[in-house]
Amino acid sequence: MARERSSGATHSTTARTEMLGRIRKALADRPGPVTVPRDYDHTRDLGDVLTLFEKQVADYRAVVRRVREPELAAEIESSLTARGVRVMVAPADLPSWWRVGEVVWSLDAPMSPLSNAALDRADGVLTGCAVGIAQTGTIVLDAGQAQGRRVLTLLPDYHLCVVRADQVVATVPEALARLESTRPLTFISGPSATSDIELDRVEGVHGPRNLEVLIVG
Amino acid sequence: MGRNPVTWLGSPTFPNAARDALADTQLRGNLAHATGTIRTKRAAAVAELPDWQRLRHAGEAIKDDILSNLDVYLEQLEASVTARGGVVHWARDAAEANEIVLGLVRDAGADEVVKVKSMATAEIGLNEALEAGGVSAIETDLAELIVQLGDDRPSHILVPAIHRNRSEIRDIFRRAMPGAPADLSDRPRELAEAARKHLRRKFLSAKVAISGANFAVADTGSVVVVESEGNGRMCLTLPETLITVMGIEKLVPTWSDLEVFLQLLPRSSTAERMNPYTSVWTGVTPGDGPKAFHLVLLDNGRTKTLADKVGRQALRCIRCSACLNVCPVYERTGGQAYGSVYPGPIGAILTPQLGAGTDDPETAALLKSLPFASSLCGACYEVCPVRIDIPSVLVHLRGKANENAHTPEAVAMAAASWVMESPTRFHLAQKAATVLRLIARRGRVKRLPWPGSKWTDSRDLPAPPKESFAAWWRRTRG
Repeated sequence: MARERSSGATHSTTARTEMLGRIRKALADRPGPVTVPRDYDHTRDLGDVLTLFEKQVADYRAVVRRVREPELAAEIESSLTARGVRVMVAPADLPSWWRVGEVVWSLDAPMSPLSNAALDRADGVLTGCAVGIAQTGTIVLDAGQAQGRRVLTLLPDYHLCVVRADQVVATVPEALARLESTRPLTFISGPSATSDIELDRVEGVHGPRNLEVLIVG
Repeated sequence: MGRNPVTWLGSPTFPNAARDALADTQLRGNLAHATGTIRTKRAAAVAELPDWQRLRHAGEAIKDDILSNLDVYLEQLEASVTARGGVVHWARDAAEANEIVLGLVRDAGADEVVKVKSMATAEIGLNEALEAGGVSAIETDLAELIVQLGDDRPSHILVPAIHRNRSEIRDIFRRAMPGAPADLSDRPRELAEAARKHLRRKFLSAKVAISGANFAVADTGSVVVVESEGNGRMCLTLPETLITVMGIEKLVPTWSDLEVFLQLLPRSSTAERMNPYTSVWTGVTPGDGPKAFHLVLLDNGRTKTLADKVGRQALRCIRCSACLNVCPVYERTGGQAYGSVYPGPIGAILTPQLGAGTDDPETAALLKSLPFASSLCGACYEVCPVRIDIPSVLVHLRGKANENAHTPEAVAMAAASWVMESPTRFHLAQKAATVLRLIARRGRVKRLPWPGSKWTDSRDLPAPPKESFAAWWRRTRG
């Protein structure tokens, strides 16, 4: 097999050429152009999306509550107190007025990232999000404002997430339209879970086993 | 060409394996319980979406578009992944893919890798190839871990340890998991906790992770992994090097096409509105996740499958496993009887096509037997989120399997295949079938006249209805 060294990786041009050749031969009949029927629902009237979002998130056995903007800081504090956490992690661009409570705030910044060991030792993490999906009770993080890099919301066992009312959409198609796929994305629907034992959903494997969501507005 | 590891070495033909499996009452009990649970839940999850059938049609068409222009989309994907700092490799078969991956692991200086559950890497026997190369592969998905620790084989696409119940899993953990508590109970929560502790150290120290891919977006180079436990996220974000092995058919043209599949897949597979975690990444993102990303594009029989006009629809499969959960044959025999990592109805049409052309007679016999592992009841087609007409492909492959054979069953199947491919012939055949009613007793045809008797010796045939559906439709609506 002819192999070339290019940009530090093994790269077989023979395999590439042969596979593309096999495909073209297999498609000798070249089936005609396919029209994708797009008559499925892009949006849907689901009533009050915030009420539905709250219900669907709770259905995954996450803790969720609606709060009003002026009370957000106090609500964050009461969540942290209720869980009894001592060390919290947050991305450096988290609004500073969210960092409340009798806890040590450990900030993760691009120039001074926290080690994995430090993240593993932390009691929890507080972030915002990019999009919420009411129909499925899903939160999407895109590493943007107040979210940080992906590992922040992975190693700590408790994730407290603030979702603004204007971030919540009704359906999956509406959510994808708001997202940029080339950013690192994480869709989160409830706490870590598994269906691997007798096909029954059980909470709590490798990701955060405790997900708490504050819906603002 | 070496042996295609899509089938397990030394596996008996389906009827022989099924006979043994049917005698295992524990297995049948475990499967009936698990598939029964998931069937009910799936129906409820699907009923929530009033546009479910329209989503299925869209999913089918998007995949058909990919398959019809696969060369174009693959070149597009390669360009977009490369532009984002990823490296794309092409592998014609399992041996070539394994060689590429082993080379990359060695280049990264690792002798241990963590793995996200992946059908593609199971299909090519990657773990065994790495082991032979001195690299240990650690499965991090709970069910894969159960299979690996139990030195067992997978029996389901989504839940490879579905044939094990909770107390069997507890016994496997106690026996084979280092550091498992001696008083470990069989409560699923405790079993999950044991797996969490066992694997956390591995995640934090791994230099290389290996994953599969549920989808890759051709025009952006974004890759998608859908999972539940968070082991996927660990593998996709913690190690410095990420190697993803992906079948060449797992593409979608654009990001917005995923709006269809992110609705179809979770509801079809785990019967959830959404699975707990879905990760999307594009090449390498500085400061977030792996510093090196390698994408291995795998053929391993897929281009052969693509060449078959009827059989190619099997490549639409998104590995949800809904067809397994509704299949009366699968529920009774379990997955291991299919002799492949792809069991159930989809396995019965995918495995024979991926593995075609083998020169090993035992493997050839297994592959020929698989399209017969079905009663053609059609439940699989009804639940398939991308509308793969599995019964028609089964009949087509039965015909092909018997092209050179002259047994009565072979002749019958070749004829059935010929009949079912044309609506006119099918209508004529249905008229002829009314004759069969005359020899049926209590709705079952116990014994067909020769040569059909060769076939009914091992099964009853349902008697055709008095009036065929098509005839009834014409009479009442025509």
